[in-house]
Amino acid sequence: MDYHATTPLDQRVLDTMLPYFTQTFGNAASRTHRFGWEAEAAVDDARDVLATFIGAESGKEIVFTSGATESNNLAIKGVAEYYKGKGNHIITTAIEHKAVLDSCKRLEKEGYEVTYLPVGQDGRLDPEQVRAAITDKTILVSVMLANNEVGTIQPIREIGAITREKGVLFHSDAVQGLGKTPFDVRTENVDLVSMTAHKLYGPKGVGALYVRRSKPRVRLSSQMDGGGHERGNRSGTLNVPGIVGFAKAVQLMMHDGPEENERIRKLRDRLNQSIVSRLDQVTRNGNAAHCLPGNLNISFSFVEGEGLLMALKDVAVSSGSACTSASLEPSYVLRAMGLDEELAHSSIRFGLGRFSTEAEVDYVSDLVVEKVKRLREMSPLYEMFQDGIDLKSIQWTAH
Amino acid sequence: MAYSEKVIEHYENPRNVGSFDKEADDVGTGLVGAPACGDVMRLQIKVSSDGVIEDAKFKTFGCGSAIASSSLATEWIKGKTLDEAASLQNSQIAQELSLPPVKIHCSVLAEDAIKSAIEDFRRKQAARAALDK
Repeated sequence: MDYHATTPLDQRVLDTMLPYFTQTFGNAASRTHRFGWEAEAAVDDARDVLATFIGAESGKEIVFTSGATESNNLAIKGVAEYYKGKGNHIITTAIEHKAVLDSCKRLEKEGYEVTYLPVGQDGRLDPEQVRAAITDKTILVSVMLANNEVGTIQPIREIGAITREKGVLFHSDAVQGLGKTPFDVRTENVDLVSMTAHKLYGPKGVGALYVRRSKPRVRLSSQMDGGGHERGNRSGTLNVPGIVGFAKAVQLMMHDGPEENERIRKLRDRLNQSIVSRLDQVTRNGNAAHCLPGNLNISFSFVEGEGLLMALKDVAVSSGSACTSASLEPSYVLRAMGLDEELAHSSIRFGLGRFSTEAEVDYVSDLVVEKVKRLREMSPLYEMFQDGIDLKSIQWTAH
Repeated sequence: MAYSEKVIEHYENPRNVGSFDKEADDVGTGLVGAPACGDVMRLQIKVSSDGVIEDAKFKTFGCGSAIASSSLATEWIKGKTLDEAASLQNSQIAQELSLPPVKIHCSVLAEDAIKSAIEDFRRKQAARAALDK
């Protein structure tokens, strides 16, 4: 139930990849023999698949990387460096993935200016805020397609219309949303898109960055020096089996996605209903009308998230994102949405996907209801709430 | 994060969960921590006329280590005098439960909860003695 963190590799993807480890093992950059040509042809086919998937004009607009973190780094730092003569201002949101936020923080140290736009209580960005934030120094706007914790889908098309009108480049970290919500770089007017295979039942360690080649032609300063692969955008021998697997995963998603998403949405709604109808004082976070089909983020008041996760240890769920679960800080995404710290501490993310079943959903909802009730019996806060004590009126001791 | 077996055991089978009437003369209540920090412990002691902790109860909002620390604390202070209980160190709890460094604050909170409950009891006794005069 943690499909936002990663997804299992689809067996059909693995089957497609295997020959590229042993038989067709060539280096796609080897131009002088058959092994290289075969590898290069496989990679070029994969480029075309990814291009079709997001509505790109050609496979030449796809730059393969090691994953979305690298794609985000390359997009943001690459644009910032290339266009520094034009301006030094970048606009993003407070709820982006750390790969975006930390790239921006690095640029701030180097003298760039970054605006972190706030989001509403539902986690959505108001596109007009983007318009208001753009100055004549703005070179890039970066807004994620869908959030990894609360599943909120952003109004990318509306933002794209504004950035196009203002002549500012637009990057989107589309990792969580691709295949799960409609997305097309032509209608959304996005100029750079970060993608990764492992959220789509593909392998870990392979990602891509879409870089628009016309109207406008986007230029990047490469962040990895070497043999000048990927049209000079990203040096390094290509991960051919990974790339082939990525393309297969995308093909499966293009074929099965619409039906699969409907099935997952129903399972998610069943999970939500089953929990919410049996417990008081639970709140769903995010925006139900603009939410990824597999996402459910719930705050269980008076129960601490980590304590609840321990009770659910046989089920893979998380409080916050996988990338921040090593820290004890409550989710910065929920905090940015205006949740108070107590509720942010009490939140659990459920992520459903391709291999989730109704039986699993029922098992998990029963377990969650049972454990939340048990922990509330142990919770001094729940007792105080039942006694009608306003928790905000108490002088807590900080520690 | 992997929890130690003792933490898991206390978390699965917490000792002495519950409440006493906090207005009762022989009860001391300690409430420490803050919801915003993710831990709140309430530890209560019931003290006999000769100053021995006859019974202890807790309720905790927090992670497994916080629940285990408070459960263990109630177990240890039962049958002890107030002074003995007050001398309990957080490091003893941390050691017994093999708490990792990021969870040491849970044991600190348990020590604070014991001290706070004893203080509350003594304050009540003093107030009562003043009334009786």
